[in-house]
Amino acid sequence: MADTLLSIRGLTKAYPGVVANDDVSFEIQKGEIHALLGENGAGKSTLVKMIFGLVKPDRGEMVLDGGAYAPAKPSDARRAGVAMVFQHFSLFEALDVAENVALGMENPPKPRDLARQIREVSETYGLPLDPSRTVGTLSAGERQRVEIIRCLLQNPRLLIMDEPTSVLTPQEVEILFETLRKLKSEGTSILYISHKLEEIRTLCDEATILRLGKNVGTCTPREVTARQMAEMMVGASFATPEARATGTGEVLLKCDALSMPAPGAFGTPLREISLEVRAGEVLGIGGVAGNGQDELLMALSGERLAPKGSIFFKGEDISRAGPVARRDAGLLSGPEERLGHAAAPNMSLTENGVLTAARRKALVSNGFIDWGKATGFAEEVIKRFDVRTPGPGTAARALSGGNLQKYVVGREIQQDPDVFVVNQPTWGVDAAAAAAIRQALLDLAAKGAAIICISQDLDELMEISDRFGALNEGRLSPTRAVSELDIEKIGLMMGGAHDMEVAHVDG
Amino acid sequence: MIRLEKRPQPSKLWTGLTPLLAVVLTMIVGGIMFAALGKPPLEAIRTIFWDPLFHPQFASYSRPQLLVKAGPLILIAIGLSVGFRAGIWNIGAEGQYIIGAVTGAAVGLAFYPSESVLLFPLMVVAGALGGWAWAMIPALLKTRFGTNEILVSLMLVYVAENILASASSSWLRNPEGQGFPGSRNFKQWPAVFNDELIANTGMHWGVVAALIAVIGAYVLMARHIQGFNIRLTGEAPRAARFSGVNPVRIVLLCLGISGALAGMAGLFEVTGPAGQISIDFGSGYGFTAIIVAFLGRLNPFGILLAGLLMALTYIGGELAQLMLGLPGASIQLFQGMLLFFLLATDVFTNYRIRFVGREVA
Repeated sequence: MADTLLSIRGLTKAYPGVVANDDVSFEIQKGEIHALLGENGAGKSTLVKMIFGLVKPDRGEMVLDGGAYAPAKPSDARRAGVAMVFQHFSLFEALDVAENVALGMENPPKPRDLARQIREVSETYGLPLDPSRTVGTLSAGERQRVEIIRCLLQNPRLLIMDEPTSVLTPQEVEILFETLRKLKSEGTSILYISHKLEEIRTLCDEATILRLGKNVGTCTPREVTARQMAEMMVGASFATPEARATGTGEVLLKCDALSMPAPGAFGTPLREISLEVRAGEVLGIGGVAGNGQDELLMALSGERLAPKGSIFFKGEDISRAGPVARRDAGLLSGPEERLGHAAAPNMSLTENGVLTAARRKALVSNGFIDWGKATGFAEEVIKRFDVRTPGPGTAARALSGGNLQKYVVGREIQQDPDVFVVNQPTWGVDAAAAAAIRQALLDLAAKGAAIICISQDLDELMEISDRFGALNEGRLSPTRAVSELDIEKIGLMMGGAHDMEVAHVDG
Repeated sequence: MIRLEKRPQPSKLWTGLTPLLAVVLTMIVGGIMFAALGKPPLEAIRTIFWDPLFHPQFASYSRPQLLVKAGPLILIAIGLSVGFRAGIWNIGAEGQYIIGAVTGAAVGLAFYPSESVLLFPLMVVAGALGGWAWAMIPALLKTRFGTNEILVSLMLVYVAENILASASSSWLRNPEGQGFPGSRNFKQWPAVFNDELIANTGMHWGVVAALIAVIGAYVLMARHIQGFNIRLTGEAPRAARFSGVNPVRIVLLCLGISGALAGMAGLFEVTGPAGQISIDFGSGYGFTAIIVAFLGRLNPFGILLAGLLMALTYIGGELAQLMLGLPGASIQLFQGMLLFFLLATDVFTNYRIRFVGREVA
């Protein structure tokens, strides 16, 4: 079993301003499920894109089954026996399964033969799928099966799967794992990208962990705990931040055992979240994506109403108050998704200012919008937060991600909130803009506001937070002062509720 | 090779230019179609667009018809455009128009032969309420059970047509009408007859209401926070919820406005140009108004112009059938082309065309 299928030697890829992969080396054995683990932005995607021929490495080489391997395009990779299932499917909803599969093949067989082959493969690997169904009627899990079968029909030697379980229900995950184990038993190697630690522990034989583009270690997932892997992901570069004067002001926002059902099939339910945030304090909430971050923000912004008696603002129960009433009271929020959630893409910056500031900034009187005042407000935000744009009349979608982020975060800060809840304030933003946004959050706290910053960037949370908690499957760990934290404790908190129990015994 | 490239923001120039381009293209392709039918194309186009207004013989009759036809089209289209801006697709304005006419007429006839000056305003309110109530059916089904308002509102058109048939043949039938279907004729009842306000202009109360609706809709959409919320819901539903807009209220508001305006249009029509509830009262205004709303770019003043243009093709179309013997279907095709070319040229509002050399694969 010790035969090496793919050997990656010193792959390096730099983009302007960031080294996505820095001298990454590891090996994938034949018939092995190899995990590629890392936080968002650790360089996982760039690495697999190089293996699949979508991106050309700057330096380094790959060896596939003893021969040099340098795919210039995905079809080269496919010919060499490397197939990939993307996180986002590329399927035509109006076509049926067989037609979709045919479109992705180099030389598709006749429709009837293809349908037979699809049926065979789907039976062999326990992936129930009817070739004549229209893709538009399929669930996300079934659509993924279409992609997998498309790959399997080409008899790949290496199958790359990019966060395959992020769209699946628990039952579908089980089916997928069975399929992957069967493929493995037939000698196919699988490169499995994920940041879900428990999954990797149940499925994978080996794991390579990336952090900031570097390979920081390899381990055998079954032999280590989820906590240890989380620590490797977070990295030893983590420095204990200087102790900050922790807020001792009054409690401005409090959640008391806040529980809410999942908003949709792929959402996360919130489970008994209790937290407090005081005037002048920044509460950082970490955790891996998809563990309830979005849901927590929607519960606090008022987009989804919480059960009575679970959210208190300055001592008053606001659980059943909508976004407008919460804003009036002084509780503002900034969602993660810039386009379509925090801002309407086709509307101007002025209009997007009215979106949240209509009442607090008195841009509306007797129901009529004062466009002069609204433009003035937009200009203030643009000026104060250095948003690069021709003017407030520009459509939101015309701005770069970083500039729009500065605008939507600045829009809330400019309204002087008492409590500001923000999700991923610097996601996809360049370093300079990110620093400016963090500084603005700190300045806001210094003026006596309470801030809840939900983020997947641990360095960011350590830099700006006074206290820290982590979300795991919709549960929030007990929050602790950042000054008491060390790398091991953070690993514990991110590792989830089960590990926390152990921590209590220890501590 | 031609490539479409998305513009960073919608082009203001093209937003205004596409309706004109669509009209020109319709004239060209329509002309080709008329030529293929063996009719002189230029003459046909002239008959449709020019003669109704300026023909020495017919213009005196057809010119007032312009406002008579444009009035209901504009009134209904304004209501529809409010909903379309929010992504709420009321396709059943025809049904709301019919029900508005029936309820308004029924309320009026209940007081026959009253000469009170309050009766006509009461009938207008009843017509608006009738249309509103008919539109509330798809609205409530959508907000309660998540049904599709397109299907429900469209199906209700056929229900409304049956109600109209039963009203004209039984419960609203003229008791002095020797058993013929159809209600009393409002033209013979001066207190409620919606006559021309200025002789030979076609200007009746419905046209006045349409003009008020144009201005009202402009103020609502451009200045009022509810109009802003409606546009926001159409542009980005999640952002609207984040802003605090209640989607249920928007559905009720939009369908309510479009239903009430369509119902009002029906009332003005039945008490004016049509004169009575009859089986063939439904004339397709409710459907044509959809074209008018889009042709006018969902902009109130655009709808005003589009309504006039569409009315012109109606009158001109009839004239062309009469004068040149063009088949009625070809006129409908001609009107359909207008919407088709509008939607087709619309792509230039959000995209620009790039001519690029063939790239090496």
